[in-house]
Parts: sequence; structure tokens; C-alpha cells
Amino acid sequence: MGKYVFKRLGQSLIVVFIVTVIVFGLMHLLPGDPIQIYLGDTATEEQIAYYTKQFGLDQPLPVQYIRWIGGLFKGEMGRSITYSIDVKELLLRRVASTLSVTFPAFVLALLIGICLGVITSTHRGRTLDSLLTSIANVGIATPAFWIGMILVYIFGLKLKWLPVQGYVPFSESPSDYIKCLVMPVIVLTLGHLSSNTRQTRSSMLEVISQDYIRTARSKGLSEKTVVYKHALRNALIPIVTMMGGAVGALLGGTVVIENLFNIPGVGALMLTAIINKDYMVVQNVTFVIAVAVVICNLLIDILYGYIDPRIRVE
Amino acid sequence: MEHLIEVKNLHTEFKQSKGILKAVNGVSYYLDPGEIVAFVGESGSGKSVTQYSGVQLIASPPGKITEGEIWFEGQNLLSYGSNSEELRKIRGGKIGIVFQEPMTSLNPVMTIGNQLTESVMLHLHMTKAQARERATELLKKVGIPDPESRLNAYPHQFSGGMRQRIVIAMALSCNPKLLIADEATTALDVTTQAQILDLMQDIVRESNTAMVLVTHNLSIVARYAQRVYVMYAGEIVEHGTTEEIFKNPHHPYTIGLMNAVPGLNDQKDRKLIPITGFVTNLVNRKDECAFMNRCPYATKECASCTTPQLKAVPGEEDHFAACHRTVTKETKVEKVFDVADRTYVAKDYGKMAETDKILKVEDLKVYFPVYKGLMRKKIADVKAVDGITFDIYKGETFGLVGESGCGKSTVARTILRLNNSTGGKITFNGTDITHLDDVKMREHRRNMSMIFQDPYGSLDPRQRAGDIVKEPMKNFKIGLSEEEMDKRVDELFALVGLDPAYRERVPHEFSGGQRQRLVIARAISTNPSFIVCDEAISALDVSIQAQVINLLEELQQKLGLTYLFIAHDLSVVRHISDRVAVMYLGQMVEFADWDSLYSNPLHPYTKSLLEAVPVPDPFTEKTRERQIVQGEVPSPMQRPAGCAFSTRCPHATDRCRTQMPVLKERTDGHKVACHMI
Repeated sequence: MGKYVFKRLGQSLIVVFIVTVIVFGLMHLLPGDPIQIYLGDTATEEQIAYYTKQFGLDQPLPVQYIRWIGGLFKGEMGRSITYSIDVKELLLRRVASTLSVTFPAFVLALLIGICLGVITSTHRGRTLDSLLTSIANVGIATPAFWIGMILVYIFGLKLKWLPVQGYVPFSESPSDYIKCLVMPVIVLTLGHLSSNTRQTRSSMLEVISQDYIRTARSKGLSEKTVVYKHALRNALIPIVTMMGGAVGALLGGTVVIENLFNIPGVGALMLTAIINKDYMVVQNVTFVIAVAVVICNLLIDILYGYIDPRIRVE
Repeated sequence: MEHLIEVKNLHTEFKQSKGILKAVNGVSYYLDPGEIVAFVGESGSGKSVTQYSGVQLIASPPGKITEGEIWFEGQNLLSYGSNSEELRKIRGGKIGIVFQEPMTSLNPVMTIGNQLTESVMLHLHMTKAQARERATELLKKVGIPDPESRLNAYPHQFSGGMRQRIVIAMALSCNPKLLIADEATTALDVTTQAQILDLMQDIVRESNTAMVLVTHNLSIVARYAQRVYVMYAGEIVEHGTTEEIFKNPHHPYTIGLMNAVPGLNDQKDRKLIPITGFVTNLVNRKDECAFMNRCPYATKECASCTTPQLKAVPGEEDHFAACHRTVTKETKVEKVFDVADRTYVAKDYGKMAETDKILKVEDLKVYFPVYKGLMRKKIADVKAVDGITFDIYKGETFGLVGESGCGKSTVARTILRLNNSTGGKITFNGTDITHLDDVKMREHRRNMSMIFQDPYGSLDPRQRAGDIVKEPMKNFKIGLSEEEMDKRVDELFALVGLDPAYRERVPHEFSGGQRQRLVIARAISTNPSFIVCDEAISALDVSIQAQVINLLEELQQKLGLTYLFIAHDLSVVRHISDRVAVMYLGQMVEFADWDSLYSNPLHPYTKSLLEAVPVPDPFTEKTRERQIVQGEVPSPMQRPAGCAFSTRCPHATDRCRTQMPVLKERTDGHKVACHMI
């Protein structure tokens, strides 16, 4: 197992390296000068030259790249041009609000999705199955921001139960923190819930038709034991695979949600940074996300081996 | 006396889009304690569904038990719901089931210990520690070595035979009164089959458990069962003691089954008489004899009558048949489906010249490298085929037998150059093809083709039947115009007994037997001279098996084909082959013409294979002396140092364990590799 993890870590490092090269290259290929954008049309040649030198943008590209990577090894991320503060500090603040939305959404979507998937598969062909499956299909077809707008209209504007938008850090007011997060979490959960439900359902249906489930039934086990002890663990294998992709998709989905609910998160930060060509912010945020996705996938691979003993051996 | 289980008038139906499929149609049977009773029939006869209905293990919906009573220990099981506590106590607790497919009937993510203990804890109310102790005991009883530590192993760490032993241990774990073995040994090798069946028989006798043997194999019935129920189209068509059924079958279907199966003691020129036609569609079936359309004894009266009921055979106790007429083996048939007599002319190999050899294989070796580690370093070779020499003459059928994993298929694939050889020489039609490149090999490929085992997997599901047969002709550009090819497709269809009108159909519209005919038509479309049949009939029902065997023989006579016939069914190989080679762990251990090999087997492995095969005759089975070889084929990675068979051979000496015997000719053409002979 240790050897396997070691090997996977090596592969992950290569992936992260390639991501840094691509994002660095792409950002510098884009037309437009971040200093020019930051200073505006009234800036003089001297001012631009001064700031370009300040941020080290006058250096050749390979040097800039090596400086960035070298800084990462020392735990430094450089300065943001737009916000004029340390990228690391900026990122830490933003990560907290993003995680507040994505983590609960990820867990909720997974747990509820698996439960609904099990329910629909064990009620296959009956009313409950048709009803829930139809809802899941609608959920997949509906864009998240639309559901978000409907929720804002009902609970924010009409009923006034929840704030329309915004974000309050937990340290300032725990109750406001939760109130602000309810709708974004629901919207983000709903989008992923549907696909989780459907995946679990089809995976469960496949497993339930297997010979070993018949064997389990032939032992006289209760239906509950058959479903949860024998079937679910086998059905989880493809769901775990899907989780790896879901981590990336969730982080992507937050860009829309954060903009919709005006949450100062990583997604929103990324969006403004790209518009302003804020090199260091875009590069470092991409790096952090890449590392996060890689780590999640590594964890999932380990989890895989835990669920399925046949994978452990290979 | 009250029976252990008595089923009365059981009806099970499956709802389908086209109507209702009557899978079990008024079946009644009983079992007494300690009895072994067989349910025989082909696929779709309802024999398994009948047993699953008894313990309500059928998928519902679409399945439904609509009528009947199942009396077991004074309770009517059908009065309980399929998941009710009362029924679950019996299912698993009092009735254990062993399923067909050992590779898939164990949960892959649970240790076998957990799978064994859960039912013990549930039904025998034991603690975890007691249950583990019992599980160890059970594994020991079914012959799993080192049971204590094996409890923590997962199913994929066991071979097929071992897995089936575990399933048996599971079925027996709660001391059931009734054991149902549903085609429990069909997927296994003959030797393993014999081991498993003997094991079950011993356990059942010891504990006075009743056992249901669901099987399509008449030989198994002859050896193990005391009574037989013959099923056809969801009904019991004949019932009696094994002796009576085999000596004096009274239902045309039973007679048909017996005529279709080759046995180890047959005359060589015996013609297998297949049961032609198809099982009537059981969806919305009419109230008439279901076998009528295939019955050679059917008369006009049969057509005007309703479904025949079981009635006692005059003069015999406890023997019932469901037929309007009273037929026996001697009754004159009304309709003759297949007349041509079969003659067997032994070939005179002494007169054959070198030029009569179509294929020469000399010292063929096929090794597969094993890689390990980060740098994929080669650490060993799996010697799948290790030095095999044989010749095949034009127009003969060369049989190749051995247990799974002995390298039969690798030999076939290497001869066809589907994988490369490590050493040796293959000469086909006088040309050394061992190292021909792909372009040059193509010229020879049209002269050799292959018939595969699984007619379901070896046809492209989206290709039309006509195109499937036409494709090799196009591929090899055999110089026919499009019209000529179409004409030839029609001819080929007719030749293999398919209606040329079916050429627009896709594979799933054909039955299993028809598909295998299609595979054969494809194989002979380029007029090859040499065909490899790799387990070509083992996936087929017995009646269809007979059709395909007859077809292969007919084609051989008409087209002068040469067959390399690979099979694990020794009776079929004996029936069809001129000469037979026996393989074990990549080597040839014995080789002779069919007669000497079967009447005078010399190698202990050949002997044990033949002893393991049951014959479809209960009288022979009763008096037959046999010793079942123990253990399984070792992995080619860990092949024994001396004779490969020395680990399982009852006569092995120290010399056998250290020195590898060579294949030597003993009598005229009969070669064997053994120190003891």
C-alpha cells in the first residue's frame, strides 16, 4: 500500500507541474498588460515602467516562471496587482468562504444522493421511483443559477427569511454566517444531488441483479442486510470514481454561485483576477485548486482499495 | 409417510411485454429426507425457476407465483411473503442452495469468513466467535486447506472449484434439511465436477439431508440421483426412479434426450439423434402438448388433445409420463427428422504419407513473460505451452483434451498465429508459418479458421447474418463478384441448415444453436481446409449439441475438412475424434487413436479424467470402480519440478518428483509420458 501511495504521489507531482506550466503560459499569452489595466488610461510611461519593474514583469518569462515556482517552495505567492496585498493572505481569506459553501454541499449531495439512489433502486418501477427519478432528471437539466434566482425571489425577496446575498464570516456572527450560506449550499447541493442519485440508482440496480445478491438472499438475510451490507458496498465503487470528478466540478460550480450570491470566495476572486490579468492571483489559485483536486483523487484511490479488495492486490 | 417437502400444482409466471410467460406450469413433486432427486431438462425448461419458486427467490416483479402449495415441515411456504421472517428462517436455515456460477456467486468485497458467519449467526444464534469456529469446521469439511487463515481471504483469491466448495459450505452452514444444487458443477472441469458432486453426496448421506440436483447432464443424473423429474416447457413430463427412467423411458422428450447424448461406452458409429426444432414459445402458451412440434411420435390425436397429464406407466411402480400415447424406445416413429446413418471408417495412419499432413507442430513453446516492479522487469515466464509435437492429417479430426488452464486454447491460438510462439516450428500445408509476417500470413489465413465457444459473444450484435458470413470472403478477396458472394452466402446458409431468408436478421434474433450454425457458416465461407473448434459445442444444450456435432461431421465429409477439436467433454471428443491428445500443464502426456486412448488409457492423468466422467447409464455407474483425482491443476508459475502431474498422481515416486518423463511410443502410435509405464 505504501509503495502504491508513493507511486501515485509521484504521478500527482507531474500533473501539478504540467498545470503550472500551462496556466503560466496561457496567462502570459493573453493580450493586455495587467499594470496598464490597473493604472488605467491616465497612467504615464514612467509609472507603468516603474510598476512593471516592481512586480518583476520586466524579466524574461522563464525567469518569472522560476521565481514563481521558487517562491512556492518557500511558501510565498507574490503580490496581487489588483488588490495590492500578499496573494497568500488574500487566498486564505477567500478559501474559508468557498469551503463554507462547497464542503457542506459536497457532503450533503453525496449522502442524500446515495440515500435517494438506494431508495429509487429498491423501489424500481414503482411510483416512488418514477417520481424521484423524474425530479432528478429535472435537477440535472436545470441550471444552478436559475434555481438560485428562484430561491432568492421566494425566500429572500418575498418571505424575507434569508438574506438575498452576501457573506458574514463565522467569527463576526455565527447566526448570520449560517443564514447567508443556506441558499448557496442548497443550490450547489441540488445540482450534484441529481447526478449522484442517478449514478447510485443505476449502480445499485446493476449490483442487485448480480449472482452474489441472490446468494445473500438465499441465506435468508433480511432485505435490509442484503441491500446495505451486500449491495451498497459494491455499488459504491463507481460512485467513488465519480466523486473524483465531482470535486473539480464543485470548485468550478462555485464561480457561478459566488457571483450570484455575492460571496467573496475563490471563484469570484478568480473571475476578477482573470479580467484584470492579475498574474500571480490566477497562477496561484489555479495551483492551489490543482493540488486540492490531485489530493482528493489520491484519497479516492486509497478509498477505492479499501472498498474493493481486488484493487488492493494489483 | 409425510414427505420432507411436497409441492403441489405450482404455477410461476413472468409478465412480459408480449404477454404472460408460464415458466412453471402446474408442477408437483416431493422429496423425502436423505433422498437425492434430479431435475433434468434443457435451458428454459423451468427446472431452476421451479426450485427458486419453492424458496421464493424469483425476481418479483416481473415474476409471480400464481398458484400452488409448498408444504415443508407442516407449513405451506406460499402462505408467507417472500421477505417474511418465517420464510427467511427456512430459506438459508432449513433449505440451502448452491448456485451454478461459482465465479460470481460470492460477494467480491466481503471476506469469505464474514459471508459464512453471517448466516450461522442469524439462523443458529451463535456469537461471532462460535460462528467463526463453525465456519472453520465447515471449510475443513469441504476440503479447503488451511481453513483458519483462509477465513480472512476474499473470493478472488480462490479458484473456481474452491469457490464452489465455499458456496457449498455456506449452503450447509445451518444444517439444512434440503440442499438445492442448481447446475452446481456445470461451469467446472470434469475432475472438479466429480470431486464436488462426491463431496455433496457424502455430506448429504452423512447428515440425512435431501438434495435436489438441477442439471442438464444425464450422466450426472445416472450416477448420483435416486429419482428423476424430467422437465420440458415448464412442466414435468416424466418422473420415476433413475433405473426405470434410463431403462425404460416413456416420454418422447426423455427418449430424445438419451438419443442425443454421447456416452463413454458407445459404439463409435452411433449416430446422435438431435431433437430438432425449438421449444414452443411459453408466452401465452396454448393448452396442448408443448413437445408436439418436436416430437417424432406425435400423431393427429395429439394435436386435438389438451396438455397431457402425468399418468402411471402400466406395469411399473412410481413411474409416470405425460404423453397421450404410450411410447417406448422401440415404438415406431411417425416423423423422421434426420435419417442419414453414420458410419465410422477408421483411418489407416500407416499408409499416410508425409504429404497427407496438413499441419505439423514441432516442439512448440509458448511462454508469457511476467513483469514486476516499477521498471517492469521480467521476473519469470509462464510456460503455457512447453514443447508440444504433433501432426494432423488431412480430413481427420484431432481431439485435444485436458482441464482448464492446461494450454489447449493457447496451442490453438498459436497454430492460427493469433499469438506468437517462443520456440518450435509450425508447418501448415508444407509452408513454415512460424515466423511469417502479417502480409504473408494472410495468404494462409483463409485456409484456416476457428469456431469459438460462445455463440453469443463471437458475433457482432449489429452486423446482419448475411454480412457476417460474407465478411471473410470480402476480406480475403477470393475473387467473387458481389452477386456471386450473395449466392454463396445463400448456399452456405443452406449448407449449415439455416433458412437463407434469415440473412437480414441480426444475431440476437437467432437461438443459440442457430447462432453456432452462423459461426460455422462464417468459418467455412472462404473454403478453408483446416478448422479449429475451440469448445465449439460446450455452451449449447444437449439436443442442439447433437445437431452441431452432426453438422460438423457432415461438412467434414462433404468438404473434406480437417478439425482440431478442443473440448473438455471427453464423451464428445471420443465421439467425433480420430486421434486424441491429452494435455497437462502445457505438455502432452498421452496421445493415441481414440480407441486405444479410451479403451486402454495409460497415463494416470488420462485414467483419472476418464474415471471422473460419469456415463449416462445408472447400471454401469453402480458397478463402476473409480478413484477421483484430488486437487487442482497447479499454476504454471509453480510447476512441479519433475512430472507435472506428480503432485496429484496416486502412483508418484521420488523419481517422478524430480525427473521429467518424456513422451515415448509404447505400442503402435500410442505415446505416453510417464515413468511408471
